[in-house]
Amino acid sequence: MKLSGAEIIIESLLQEGVDTIFGYPGGATTDIYDVLEKRPIRHILVRHEQGAVHMADGYARASGKVGVCLVTSGPGATNTVTGIASAFMDSIPVVVFTGQVPTPLIGNDAFQEVDIVGITRPCTKHNYLVKRAEDLARVIKESFYLARAGRPGPILVDLPKDVLKEQVEFKYPKKVEMRSYRPTYGAHSGQIEKAGALVQKARRPVIYAGGGVISSQGSAELRNLAEALSIPVTTTLMGLGAFPGTHPLWLGMLGMHGTYGANMAVAHSDVLIAIGARFDDRVTGKVNLFAPEARIIHIDIDPTSIRKNVNVEVPIVGDCRDALTKLNSLVQKWTKQDWSKVRHPWLEQIREWKEGHPLAYQPNGGKIKPQYVVEKIYEVTRGQAIITTEVGQNQMWAAQFYHFDQPNSFITSGGLGVMGYGFPAAIGAKIACPDRMVFDIAGDGSIQMNIQEMATAVANNIAVKIAILNNGCLGMVRQWQELFYEKRYAQTLLKGNPDFVKLAEAYGAVGLRATKSEEVTPVIKKALSINRPVIMDFVVCEDECVSPMVPAGAAMTEMLLV
Amino acid sequence: MDNEPGVLSRVTGLFSGRGFNIESLCVAETMEPEVSRITLVTQGNEQIVEQITKQLNKLVNVIKVIDFTHTEFVEREMALVKVRAEAATRAEILRIVDIFRCQVVDVSPQEYTIEVTGNEGKITAILDLLSHLGIKEIARTGAIALARSKKEGSLKREKIKG
Repeated sequence: MKLSGAEIIIESLLQEGVDTIFGYPGGATTDIYDVLEKRPIRHILVRHEQGAVHMADGYARASGKVGVCLVTSGPGATNTVTGIASAFMDSIPVVVFTGQVPTPLIGNDAFQEVDIVGITRPCTKHNYLVKRAEDLARVIKESFYLARAGRPGPILVDLPKDVLKEQVEFKYPKKVEMRSYRPTYGAHSGQIEKAGALVQKARRPVIYAGGGVISSQGSAELRNLAEALSIPVTTTLMGLGAFPGTHPLWLGMLGMHGTYGANMAVAHSDVLIAIGARFDDRVTGKVNLFAPEARIIHIDIDPTSIRKNVNVEVPIVGDCRDALTKLNSLVQKWTKQDWSKVRHPWLEQIREWKEGHPLAYQPNGGKIKPQYVVEKIYEVTRGQAIITTEVGQNQMWAAQFYHFDQPNSFITSGGLGVMGYGFPAAIGAKIACPDRMVFDIAGDGSIQMNIQEMATAVANNIAVKIAILNNGCLGMVRQWQELFYEKRYAQTLLKGNPDFVKLAEAYGAVGLRATKSEEVTPVIKKALSINRPVIMDFVVCEDECVSPMVPAGAAMTEMLLV
Repeated sequence: MDNEPGVLSRVTGLFSGRGFNIESLCVAETMEPEVSRITLVTQGNEQIVEQITKQLNKLVNVIKVIDFTHTEFVEREMALVKVRAEAATRAEILRIVDIFRCQVVDVSPQEYTIEVTGNEGKITAILDLLSHLGIKEIARTGAIALARSKKEGSLKREKIKG
């Protein structure tokens, strides 16, 4: 039977098990919407296409499935670029469908035409311009495969309007055959043995885990390894939740705003086991002073991550979970010994570091400290919520003061650092996990970058809770100005902020405010008792800094402490 | 790599986006029409070349990457050179053409167009010589290369055995 291109797209999505699409219609995609209305896929109508991609990203992270977006040509397509770039940096599986002008008009500067395939080439894992309807089914099959396979990432599929109308035979391919794309999943057993030999001899080992452990669903295996050998664990921002944040072997996050314990442990380690992490500059600081005494084992599914920034003694290309499983079974074969005893001096040293400089802040009478808000959200939700963040101080405080015991619970734009990410990502996460509490920990600057999605949340009654740490300024940049620019606060004080309570009400949501410490817990509890989207406006100290802090380009041991 | 529109720009975009340098580039279809071959010359230390190789392999359309740095290979470039050829210099140009085993592919009363093939050194050498006589225009390809075949049972070995 022949189907139109538009019908083929929707049938292919159903074959892929897609239940939700985040999108915004336009002239170039009307044919698809016409079909979509009749088929059992939920469409979330966003208010800006950037929001659609962040929602798909949040949906993908919370559910482990592929997030899907559908937008029109031209400005619809260009509005997705930030979201795509963020998903690319964080390796999140998202497929973005963009409308395009009819093929005979491509290249003619037609109305709402843009070369989105050209624009997104460097920030997608792969992208397609489909010129014939007969290619649609194969391209969609490949897109969903590529989004998930190997190191996951965003795929863009550009759909000219005439292709949507063309009638062709539809047959959805059963499997993908691409001779040019074959990621390595199985970790090489010889390399595993080399890694094992290093770990066995290590006196001061540290595990440094990243988002790869979460995307490979390797958290349980990571915990097994750490516990079996009593190895302390730190993670990157993207790795939070890969190892329980309340575990005795937990060091806290490492890096620029990492804990003193984590940064000192890494700096003094003799063997560093990097798993699904990529030695980002925010983690390493001055790279030649990073873990100077360590022999490094690096497990990653992406060969380009290995030896990109630091030299590695034992590279292991493969799926993190597979490598961890193999390491664990190797450890099982070793002669039994009491590792907690072997590790005792090292863990004692670490305990001293941790207790000497724990994450802390000075309470300030009645005024609300932003860290206090995060602590209270943690307490009230008993650590069970999905937390999304914007970018800046709010992101770091959420990472430091909410303790994640489960993977897929901390959702943040780690690599690209997109202000305006957290709120739409929270909507996507809540749609993926309607039974979980979802909080966006936001700043008053960031929240205004995608505030229009309030209408999306209200229209679909997606009961996300937005906690604005409202300090009236762009806190992280203000912090840099305070510390490194002699307190010249150029353009970081936000005058003219709206009344966020009234703003929530204007959208038909609920607005709550706390201005004193004792109001914080009641406001959080009240927000949770209301099954609607809620904005909580926490009026916090303006001049609070994120601590510890390693100045950009300094060694990780040169931390500025409170 | 797959012979599809946009693949070349994925490769060149990767180089510019990541700050790698392209010294020369040649692209053509292979015996399989759906596959094309890029020969690209770049420079970098071992770590950079390793990154380039890995990054290229990561492109979905790239089928295979071969680094010739540590292999024996044959390499050729070609240039077409339009030289001013007046009565006084015509014979001299032809002598150079002969010495370098080039070919004159177009002739006019004032000009010769010469085709020269060889490695980069040879082409630079002839351009040096001809520049004194007046080069009007040149078109030059990048390098193409193939690994040398294994020469098992070579003459030398047989002699030793004998």
